Amino acid sequence: MTAATPAVASYRSQIAAPTRAWMFVRRHVLDVYALIALGYLFLPIAIVIAFSFNNPAGRFNYTWQGFTWKNWTNPFGFPGLSGAVKVSIEIAILSSVVATILGTLIALALVRYRFRGSATTNLLIFIPMTTPEIVMGASLLTLFLNWKIPQGFGTILIAHIAFNISYVVVTVRARLVGFDRHLEEAAMDLGANEAVTFYRVTLPLIMPGILAASLLAFALSIDDFVITYFNAGTVTTFPLFVWGAARVSVPPQINVIGTAIFVIAVGLMLANVLWQNRRARRYA
Amino acid sequence: MGKFFHRSRWATPYALLTPGTAWLVIFFVVPMYYLAKTALSQGLFPLFSFGWAWHNFSDAVSAYQTQFIRSLEYAGIATLIALLVSYPLAYWIAFRGGRWKNLFLLLVIAPFFVTYLIRTLAWETILSDNGLVVRVLRDVHILGADGRLLATSAAVIAGITYNFLPFMVLPLYVSLEQVDHRLVEAASDLYASRVTSFARVTLPLSLPGVFAGVLLTFIPAAGDFINAQLLGTPQQYMIGNVIQSEFLAVRDYPTAAALSFVLMGAILVLVLIFARSLGTDRLTAGAAA
Repeated sequence: MTAATPAVASYRSQIAAPTRAWMFVRRHVLDVYALIALGYLFLPIAIVIAFSFNNPAGRFNYTWQGFTWKNWTNPFGFPGLSGAVKVSIEIAILSSVVATILGTLIALALVRYRFRGSATTNLLIFIPMTTPEIVMGASLLTLFLNWKIPQGFGTILIAHIAFNISYVVVTVRARLVGFDRHLEEAAMDLGANEAVTFYRVTLPLIMPGILAASLLAFALSIDDFVITYFNAGTVTTFPLFVWGAARVSVPPQINVIGTAIFVIAVGLMLANVLWQNRRARRYA
Repeated sequence: MGKFFHRSRWATPYALLTPGTAWLVIFFVVPMYYLAKTALSQGLFPLFSFGWAWHNFSDAVSAYQTQFIRSLEYAGIATLIALLVSYPLAYWIAFRGGRWKNLFLLLVIAPFFVTYLIRTLAWETILSDNGLVVRVLRDVHILGADGRLLATSAAVIAGITYNFLPFMVLPLYVSLEQVDHRLVEAASDLYASRVTSFARVTLPLSLPGVFAGVLLTFIPAAGDFINAQLLGTPQQYMIGNVIQSEFLAVRDYPTAAALSFVLMGAILVLVLIFARSLGTDRLTAGAAA
């Protein structure tokens, strides 16, 4: 900011040219800053990807030894890893599907209807998102202990659905708020009943929101460590596997799986963004 | 189906709500009840009996106040740094992103699709004693010849700052994106300098985003235990580490449950103080409505 002071001083006497100079400076300061910030965000990711090609000497994958393809040609070449990844993917798919359905219904109710108890419902959606994960995980642990429910796949799934619902509601609601209800009225005027209107008009229009919500839920689920850690029993998910490995040995296969999840997730998000852009242009 | 929707309009929202809210009541509200009950119980694993044992709270706090204060301190510093790092970035995307806004936003979120633990392990590599960062800092004498980054408070705070960054950037972006550019133009038409129009127009309008970002960053940061575990030593352990080990290793459930509630309470108090000081009472009321 100090470098710009002369420009600000002369700005008061003459307006046009110095303003442009000041804007030029400021624009580029910000551009450079944004570039550095993005670099900072991607630095650990670059390390993760690079070390997936490492050929570590010992049990830990912390120092660069040499380039190899072997981790990628044998991504599950470590005992227990493939089982953990399978559990993570199953939980992520099931929990995101269930949470997306439950959350979308809540979002529809909250945006479309005025009813007694909507404030309480909003609170019930909001509080889980502001509760520290460790508290949520611990409270579920006490529930399962008190109800004598053995911990495992089922309890992980229950927990993941529970923390995903709120995020789905918030994402779908954002899409519903900007919804043009005249389109539905037009469909009804043309003789469609409510069910047909919902399936042919409402659902396609809010589909990008639902899709984004389910992707978010999937990502949150596959990445969750803390809540899962408290409720997994003897079942191991991929993050739990990494946690266990961090203490004993870190095989480069972990980086391979991490990179693969990253590429798939970003690819899906990118496809969603591009698809929405195309739709936006088509409807504009 | 159409007839059902039509005839019983009043029942429709409840029919839509019930499955999801029931799930949240059974698996979020009820567990809180059991957590509270556990916090007021006595005994040794696996036999705990409920008995209004309020002393669990005072015992837990006096035994672990160092970790409590450390958690709030680390989370506070990390949140502040995250705000300073994120604001210009969110501003840049919102005002300079043009039609690539969504793409830039995706770039900001993308790194967080690498599993949390793997990201943190990557920071362990970056900050390690024979890593580039430590060597450069030693060469320019910011660190001593045997100075380290790993296993210090700085490493833990840096890890927390990085790991919760999207929770700061996204709400900031949303509020900055909604700022009406005509208001900024009006300010400069009225001879406000760029700095003044930012300080008097853009910044105040983005305060709801600042509030949400600080909240969404501080809360998970205060309860975190992964960064302290992987980047620090027991000297840097936070309250999350204590709760985790009391629950899963020591199995002293009443103490662990009491600590969980104190953590939630401390966060709530700080959030309320913060809301007061920022004058965002009306803002949050507006956001909730």
